[in-house]
Amino acid sequence: MVDKVVIENLSLQYADGTESLRGINLSIPEKAVTVLFGPAGGGKSTLLRCLNRLNDLTEVKASAGRILIDGKDVLDPQTDVIALRRKVGMVFARPVVLPLSIRGNLTYGLELAGEKRRSKLDEAVERSLKLAALWEEAKDRLDDPAIALSGGQQQRLCLARSLALQPDIILLDEPTSGLDPISTGKVEAALQELKKEYTIILVPHSVQQAGRTSDYAAFFLQGELIEYGEGKSLFTAPKEKRTEDYITGRFG
Amino acid sequence: MKGALPINRHVAQRVGFTAITLMAFATVLPIVAVVIYILIQGLPAISLEFLTGFPHDGMRAGGILPAIIGTIYLTVGTAIFSVPLGIAAAIYLSEYASDTPLTRTIRIAIINLAGIPSVVYGLFGLGLFVLFLNFGTSILAASLTLSIMTLPVIISTAEESLRSVPQAFRTVSISLGATRWQTIRRIVLKEALPGILTGVILGLERAAGETAPILFTGAAFFLPRLPHTPFDATMALPYHLFVISTQVPEMPIQIQYGTALVLLVFVLTMNLIATVIRSRARAKRQW
Repeated sequence: MVDKVVIENLSLQYADGTESLRGINLSIPEKAVTVLFGPAGGGKSTLLRCLNRLNDLTEVKASAGRILIDGKDVLDPQTDVIALRRKVGMVFARPVVLPLSIRGNLTYGLELAGEKRRSKLDEAVERSLKLAALWEEAKDRLDDPAIALSGGQQQRLCLARSLALQPDIILLDEPTSGLDPISTGKVEAALQELKKEYTIILVPHSVQQAGRTSDYAAFFLQGELIEYGEGKSLFTAPKEKRTEDYITGRFG
Repeated sequence: MKGALPINRHVAQRVGFTAITLMAFATVLPIVAVVIYILIQGLPAISLEFLTGFPHDGMRAGGILPAIIGTIYLTVGTAIFSVPLGIAAAIYLSEYASDTPLTRTIRIAIINLAGIPSVVYGLFGLGLFVLFLNFGTSILAASLTLSIMTLPVIISTAEESLRSVPQAFRTVSISLGATRWQTIRRIVLKEALPGILTGVILGLERAAGETAPILFTGAAFFLPRLPHTPFDATMALPYHLFVISTQVPEMPIQIQYGTALVLLVFVLTMNLIATVIRSRARAKRQW
């Protein structure tokens, strides 16, 4: 198993003191689903937003440590963040479609990356919609405003939008928190397909989802990584008392 | 006595509502009255010659073409300076500036700029543009003066409409590998454009109707020909109206009201365009 992402001693504190990470060490294998779970405020989203440097938009008081993706430190000031974000796609909790057509949402990133050829763009639209299990529903209405899609479809469009850039890693921050069970099932099924090609890092919206989807699981509590291991063993036989208490619903 | 109280309350409520409703309608009355009055008084003066001819007989006869053209020149001139500057400032304040003492000072300055009486702008324009920069009494100096007066309106409405674009659009765009500027240009500006345009038109509309700022900086009492360059002075509708209403004895009253009508139509048309843009954008908005 090759480690795609290696996090070394990562610490971070926001300027407003809200959430923080303390001394995180974590190796995330490629082509698998790794879930980061735990109660709110544990630092899961913060960690995700470090991986594509989206935290650059937030005021961070202090940070230390390294995040190696394919051996290169992402936090290095020399890192080309634009290239990084194309390589590390992200899906947010609330489906945010850009105020463009369905096609426009999908080609947005590619056009910014300088792709002008219509054939390449069309190819990317079809490929990414198929991967996100939205092609059948959307193929006849690609030029409709994306907002006309249902909530579940919008979230799959957001997934497709990050796939269109052919990233290596996909970050998903509670992608199904606003979705009904059927839509949630579709997204989860898509993830199981996608993990054959992509490294997936998921913050699930429930322990159950963590259990269902994970190959590997990391339990976060108040900015610390409590336990990390294969999903099967972590959810059936957790080593840490706090992990067990959380999984069994004693707190959180 | 106890039993009568609820009825009294009910009556009081109705009276109150009626009073408030009447007051709401009363606010519409002045604008309707002004428009109707000016229409009745001014319409007889309107003719092709009035709109396309030069004034003659000491402005007591003829048309007001140079004033119409002059007002168009001044409005366009004002737009040339104030629109790019105002939008750029709004983008800076909304998208780039963080909350520092400097940006707070800029904001306070803009708010205060909006409160300065227009005649003070006129005097300032005379000092800076006409005399110090030696532009003379000219379209250029008047446009620059009007621009300064218009800027606060444009900046504050543009900033407000930029801020109303959901933050999530920016985050998503950045996460897809866009730079800040690409995000602003492709998503934020596009969404904020109707609001910005509305502010621009409202600002320019104010500029078109003002007399005081152009009084010392660019307005001419009477010109026998149209201005040729930005360094020429020009006639303008509001100033012309002031002149023929106060400075010319034995002035036929229809010409005054005719001029007022043309100015009113000019300004209200701009207002109408702004309203149409705004309501169409609202209907189309996707968030």
